[in-house]
Amino acid sequence: MLCFTREHEWISVTDDEEGTVGITDYAQKQLGDVVFVELPEVGSRLLQGAQAAVVESVKAASEVYAPASGEVIAVNTALAEDPARVNTDAMGAGWFFKIRLDDPGELAGLLSEGDYREHVEALH
Amino acid sequence: MATFSGNRGLQMEQPLIFEQGSPDRTAVDLPDVPAVGDRLGGLKRQQPVGLPGLSEPEVVRHYTRLSQKNYCIDSGLYPLGSCTMKHNPRLNEKLARLPGIGDLHPLQPVSTAQGALMIIDACARWLMALTGMPAVAMSPGAGAHGEFVGMAAIRAAHEDRGDARRRVLVPESAHGTNPATAVACGYAVEPIPANRRGRVDIGRLRAALAPDVAAIMVTNPNTCGLFETDILDIAAAAHDVGAYFYCDGANFNAIVGRVRPGDLGVDAMHINLHKTFSTPHGGGGPGSGPVVLSAALAPYAPVPYVVNEGDGLSLVEYAAASDGKPCGRIKGFHGQFGMFVRALAYMMSMGSDGLKQAATDAVINANYVMARLKDVMTPSFDGPCMHEALFDDRFLKGSEITTLDFAKALIDEGYHPMTVYFPLIVPGAMLIEPTETESRQSLDRFIDVMRALAARAVAGDAERFRNAPRFTPRRRLDETSAARHPVLRWRTPAVDRAAE
Amino acid sequence: MRYLPLNDSDRRAMLAAIGVADADALFQDVPAGVLDRPIALPAHQDELSVERAFQRLAALNLAPSSVPCFLGGGLYRHHVPAAVDHLIQRGEFLTAYTPYQPELAQGTLHALFEFQTQVAMLTGMEIANASMYDGATATAEAAMMATRIAKRRRIVVSGGLHPHYGDVVATYARFHGLAVERLAGDWQGIEDAAAAVDGATACVIVQNPDVFGRIHDLTPLAETCHACGILLIAVVTEAVSLGLLRSPGEMGADIVAGEGQSLGNATSFGGPTVGLLAARETFVRQMPGRLAGATRDVDGRRGFVLTLSTREQHIRRDKATSNICTNSGLCALAFSIHVSLLGEAGMRRLAELNHARAVMAAQRLAEIPGVAVCNETFFNEFTVALPCPAAPVVEHMAAAGVLGGVPLSRLFPEDPLMTPLLLVAVTETATDEDIDRLVATLSAALQA
Repeated sequence: MLCFTREHEWISVTDDEEGTVGITDYAQKQLGDVVFVELPEVGSRLLQGAQAAVVESVKAASEVYAPASGEVIAVNTALAEDPARVNTDAMGAGWFFKIRLDDPGELAGLLSEGDYREHVEALH
Repeated sequence: MATFSGNRGLQMEQPLIFEQGSPDRTAVDLPDVPAVGDRLGGLKRQQPVGLPGLSEPEVVRHYTRLSQKNYCIDSGLYPLGSCTMKHNPRLNEKLARLPGIGDLHPLQPVSTAQGALMIIDACARWLMALTGMPAVAMSPGAGAHGEFVGMAAIRAAHEDRGDARRRVLVPESAHGTNPATAVACGYAVEPIPANRRGRVDIGRLRAALAPDVAAIMVTNPNTCGLFETDILDIAAAAHDVGAYFYCDGANFNAIVGRVRPGDLGVDAMHINLHKTFSTPHGGGGPGSGPVVLSAALAPYAPVPYVVNEGDGLSLVEYAAASDGKPCGRIKGFHGQFGMFVRALAYMMSMGSDGLKQAATDAVINANYVMARLKDVMTPSFDGPCMHEALFDDRFLKGSEITTLDFAKALIDEGYHPMTVYFPLIVPGAMLIEPTETESRQSLDRFIDVMRALAARAVAGDAERFRNAPRFTPRRRLDETSAARHPVLRWRTPAVDRAAE
Repeated sequence: MRYLPLNDSDRRAMLAAIGVADADALFQDVPAGVLDRPIALPAHQDELSVERAFQRLAALNLAPSSVPCFLGGGLYRHHVPAAVDHLIQRGEFLTAYTPYQPELAQGTLHALFEFQTQVAMLTGMEIANASMYDGATATAEAAMMATRIAKRRRIVVSGGLHPHYGDVVATYARFHGLAVERLAGDWQGIEDAAAAVDGATACVIVQNPDVFGRIHDLTPLAETCHACGILLIAVVTEAVSLGLLRSPGEMGADIVAGEGQSLGNATSFGGPTVGLLAARETFVRQMPGRLAGATRDVDGRRGFVLTLSTREQHIRRDKATSNICTNSGLCALAFSIHVSLLGEAGMRRLAELNHARAVMAAQRLAEIPGVAVCNETFFNEFTVALPCPAAPVVEHMAAAGVLGGVPLSRLFPEDPLMTPLLLVAVTETATDEDIDRLVATLSAALQA
């Protein structure tokens, strides 16, 4: 299941309640060339809506918020060497971290792909 | 077309100093070292530092050639809004180097440095008189450091009353140092939006003010180059909830000699001596940021400070020796003394009449630029400005030319660009501060160039702008790769290869 | 008025173009009654009058360049080659702004990149930034940086650290809500800083040579710190010492903070000077201050830019590593030019010369009855114990035309043990005759 936040994060959740988190293609375009991603520590606990990561371009730094609460079980270490993956494949190889969800019910408050597309279009 | 050498006329390619010379060469002849035993306890350096060796003519040529790759206020109009690039008088440099001034040691007996303490004291008195404030802390190293001291004094004053406050209100148009400073002093920052006239939205400010607000930090004139028309009401509203009014004095040069911040209800304000009072920017410093304080905050000023004890001036260097409640020490020794010398020489040269005229001329110059560009560019706000003319990028709409492109094209015309993309509340901001240093003829030439560029942009010559600058020693630099793979020092080629 | 190009006819024409009757109309937003209140300050003066006024003020001071001078305690009087001051006064360096437009500032950026490299080399660290305000603030910023890296909130400060530096660390820490443990002024050299660390400690700050002039092998302390996840911050106040001593990096320091005034810069009654900050490369994103980096332009040529700016306040605002904006650019340039002039051989020789002069002076002072040199080891500064309070002796010597040292009571006013101690710095500027006069005036002062 793929969900979105109004702050331009996405979360892709598997049947066993693991979520992969990244920023949307719209967000990476707004940022420009990504030069650095600060990731959470594996094992740390995140609350929905709390700051989880920071993504930086040359001239801007943006916080990335946890779309759902849970424990961080993996981070995309490849971004340290190659942050450009966020630009080239934001929804795939440019993922940030994976969490084990505390409460899949939290996802109900997020946007569907269609709702997110409408949200982005309304910004213009 | 490339040349054989890489040089182009007077533009010289220059390698890094580490790529020149040989380790046995030196530009400093020193006497023989007397043969006495060492007292180093076996901790002598075993490895070479790795420095190159060059003769004096080689070093002089190296730095002379580097200097020729810089733009500076000596060579041209430098319209960086908010940075105040005004003329740096050479008298100031001469005086800062006089024997008995430049060579003074901060720990020589104060009885042998009375003239130095008189310079600090005189500089302080000028700053207090010009701001209409009863106290000043002279030791901050630069503007942001002065902000830190002002906010530290505010926090100390609240804490002294057992009044723990948590929030500081900062307009969205503020310099980045303001929120960074508030956080450095342990406060949470709450942004306040601007209204449609580019001023603090006083309604929103009032709504955010509450007894847990420690201070508001307001720049006046603000970063849009506008005087805060509601400034007296803003100060009163802050004081009504027991908050202090911190004023960012970066733009004091627009009103110096004409408006005293003390008359506006300000409790603390730093003064950038390298902006308003003509000390040189030096490619990024040193600065000096004395902070004037209201009577309520004066007891919390940091050490050291100068006092007059009847039989001469002396220094209070430690909190224990103070009869106030200092917020601590924030810098080694006694502040940026060399900058006090330069600023005092400038203030004495200008006098109260000259400073007033300088502020007036800075405002006339900015309004002249505004008046002569407003039909071809898009001013962000109506009405007269103070010392800066602010435009946004609406006039570039549809041209595929960005504010950055426009700035880079100005470089090819022989001008340093204006401040771009600041303040953040204006899209594609271009903030022009000509200062009082420019003559009318100089402004007319600049305005002609700006008009020509604006016309060319609107006509759709995007290529010219995107490829600019073309005539500088280096063209646009790849900042993305610089940040993705930082190379922050030179290493020997062998080490570099090993790293790859 | 010599700094103002507009004349009245310019102003009239410009106001007409603006469309206002007079300049006061441009100040219409200033609240009524606030504009042009009288300010009781003198009117403008000609250049000669201002120069005379400063000459009179200068004459009230005892100029260290005119007398034998043995003052140190954090800033040192060295000979600065004439080329340094000539080059930094070139308008292209002196009157340029921070290099935010790199195409117009390759000179400054190239020089900063070289400065960063020189500082990294001298301190034995991987990277260095483009300078801080001074040594004391660099040390405080290093401590804040260490607490972010270690994610702990306690700072241990050695008693060998310059008290001004310790005070600045304490001030910064207080407002960041951090705990500081300051060890007592360690004039006997018996401190065990490792014993003061615990599981909450982020960093230990030690100075080398310490404020009393002693040289320390930091290796054992570094090992203890690293075993506990603690960062070792080494502070250097006499940059010339780096030419002769094992570097802090070689001894295991994680961050080096320092004062660079000794190279290229005058003492200037305490400022402006240049703060040095160097560290391991992995810490770069927690480092405050500007950084110049190498890159390529669109034509593929090497060039330089300010980089990693997202750490800084102008982008990160309330999330920045520090609020620092302005640094010590021109003082850093002076440092760098002096180091370039010295080169490897000159740097070594200057340091050796300082040490040899200091050894000679220490031997002579130790011969004075009642005077004892406290240090086993030193570079160019050492502590002597007098048979009486040092401060009046220093006054007595100054009256005789010798700046004989810093009484340690000036730096440690609350520690009575410091009262008889005198800190003596001897650089390459001290001649044999100067040392003779130091010995003679000290002897005379002790007998008075």
